[in-house]
Amino acid sequence: MHFSAFALLLGALVTPFPSLPSAEAQEKSIVVASTTSTQDSGLFGHILPMFKAKTGIDVKVVAQGTGQALDTARRGDADVVFVHAKPQEEKFVAEGFGVKRFDVMYNDFVLIGPKADPAKIKGGKDVVTALTAISAANSPFVSRGDRSGTHAAELALWQQADLDPAASKPAWYREIGQGMGAALNTANAMNAYVLSDRGTWISFKNKGDLAIAVAGDQRLFNQYGVILVNPEKHPNVKKAPGQAFIDWILSAEGQNAIRSYKIEGQQLFFPNAGAGQMQQAG
Amino acid sequence: MRDSTSDLPIRLEAVSVRAGTVDILQNVSLEIGRGAPTLLLGPNGSGKSTLLKLGMRLIAPSTGRISFGERSAASTRRSAIVFQKPVMLRRSAAANIVFALSAAGRPADAAAVAHLLAQVGLSGLADRPARQLSGGEQQRLALARALARAPEVLFLDEPTASLDPAATKAVEDIIVRIAGEGVKVVMATHDLGQARRLAGDIVFLVGGRVLERGASPQFFASPSTDGARRFLAGDLVF
Amino acid sequence: MADAVHLIWSGDANLFAIVRLSLVVTLSATVLAALVGMPLGAFAALVQFRGREALVVILNAFMGLPPVVVGLVVFLLLSRSGPFGELGLLFTPAAMVIAQAVLITPIVAALTRQVVEDLWSEYREEFQAMQVGPLARVSALLWDARFSLVTIMLAGFGRAAAEVGAVIIVGGNIDGFTRVMTTTIALETSKGNLALAVGLGLILMSLVMTVNALAWSVRRWSEKHAA
Repeated sequence: MHFSAFALLLGALVTPFPSLPSAEAQEKSIVVASTTSTQDSGLFGHILPMFKAKTGIDVKVVAQGTGQALDTARRGDADVVFVHAKPQEEKFVAEGFGVKRFDVMYNDFVLIGPKADPAKIKGGKDVVTALTAISAANSPFVSRGDRSGTHAAELALWQQADLDPAASKPAWYREIGQGMGAALNTANAMNAYVLSDRGTWISFKNKGDLAIAVAGDQRLFNQYGVILVNPEKHPNVKKAPGQAFIDWILSAEGQNAIRSYKIEGQQLFFPNAGAGQMQQAG
Repeated sequence: MRDSTSDLPIRLEAVSVRAGTVDILQNVSLEIGRGAPTLLLGPNGSGKSTLLKLGMRLIAPSTGRISFGERSAASTRRSAIVFQKPVMLRRSAAANIVFALSAAGRPADAAAVAHLLAQVGLSGLADRPARQLSGGEQQRLALARALARAPEVLFLDEPTASLDPAATKAVEDIIVRIAGEGVKVVMATHDLGQARRLAGDIVFLVGGRVLERGASPQFFASPSTDGARRFLAGDLVF
Repeated sequence: MADAVHLIWSGDANLFAIVRLSLVVTLSATVLAALVGMPLGAFAALVQFRGREALVVILNAFMGLPPVVVGLVVFLLLSRSGPFGELGLLFTPAAMVIAQAVLITPIVAALTRQVVEDLWSEYREEFQAMQVGPLARVSALLWDARFSLVTIMLAGFGRAAAEVGAVIIVGGNIDGFTRVMTTTIALETSKGNLALAVGLGLILMSLVMTVNALAWSVRRWSEKHAA
């Protein structure tokens, strides 16, 4: 009698085991490997419901750094990649893992730093000079250190300043190996400088004593691209819904959706899909 | 009438039981036959428990031979044992008996359980968690579990050693009744009074050896060894 | 913090879905771990075989498996490029259940082994005397150990409910699909919503507390009603 009481309790506790996705549900969903900057800024939360309303396709976003996202796609675990490191993306397509790369939108990076500004770079318009000043002053600097698009951009800028803190690892250079939000939290706690994309910065809720130190430099341009994972490499890739997503995001409707995403009146991402790249009947 | 499936008589021939470097039993030759209860009497550490376990085939002799009835190593065993500190299963008294019945391959219906509970006077406590029973009640429940096996031989290891006189009497009454119904009782005790009350015959042990063996009245009236005399007089014997 | 409370009171559908998924995933993983781990633990306790000692050491050591390592291994197994890629389980709740089950099975097995071994040493002589067969032996020990086994399951549940490393790797923290309490807390933290993250943490703690309280009252009820 009491054995059945236990059995009943166990049975009641086990709510229906999450079933494997039905075939139909599979058809109507895709996996997009993207970056933490697009997730943390809230962009996807804004535009994906519009896409679903129009096509009924569920977009499942797995947010990783650009490097990890491309790796996930190489393994065949994603249908589309949506990242921001053009050289890495082009290599991805050249290797045969992607069908074709399209520009989608851009924003810019900003160099964030403590209001106290130990390296005295505030208000500047030259990011390379600023980085040189940071290095000279030994001011704490937080690096993503995770092969993300932002990390790649950061390393490229150090290179332009003829510096290589990633290799020499001075004490003021702090590589954390995490996403943009974590990097901002860390910079806040350490009173350090950090390179961030503007979208994440605007939507970030724990700014503390941090503020924009340098912005507007041409070299801080941040381009996002979208690529369909090559079904010839991975037959499981959902070609039709994946292509539908790319078509939509490059279309006037998708581009407007991106344009309309604002936080506190500020637009975060600027659509720039090229006229020559848009699909027909977008 | 010879019963070829009977475990009796139990015969030990020059049996020793050794644990490590110590001889718990030394060179014991003994026969235990049908009839009135056989009491294993002796001070603590004299080997009484070991002898019971041999009879119950829980251990084997290190040297010597033990045989049961017409055969030496029987496959089925028609005996049961109650340990000095019986372990209750974490369930009700009745469920303990059900468990014993099932283990013995006998039908565990309500009637059988009720009958066994009645035999040991625990009818009102069927649904009580066995671990919540008093010492005397647990001892009686252990007896009921043993009786569930419908044993030919019932081994008891100092069943009343930790009980008060009233509980002791209750248990002794049950033993006397069981013996009267034909079950062979082999019981260990260091209590002279108990031995006097219950024994048909006595096996007197000291230090792993059998010092004396014989009918109870003779043993108490005129013991033949010095050790027995001193023990009966209340001395410490070892 | 107020945001978190407000979310509960307003019955926010999103939060409710996240809570429900957390419970489903972790409870399923706990039951799975019990179905595998308890017989395994009982076996290790009762059967003498070569390598038994090694198994016990391994089980005990694996109680401390880092969740992120488990997540990584399961990820590699379930990836399309991995041996079980055909199943298409990566980035689904099923993958999360599997990863958490793998994580806590050693805990359940190792603790069950200890409990059964202790109980066996207590019951051994009686069971030998009663000539209890091997199957009856195992079921009797598991049933008599039931209260300890419930506590063991709660330990497994707690460990799984608390972890984020495994579920975030194999689940992908997909909004509306594989997002659970712990991954949401991680996400809100990375967005800088620290107060909300703390509030969610408190909600998670109350969930775990509720499950434990439920198990406790079942035990009290059981104890009262004999058995």
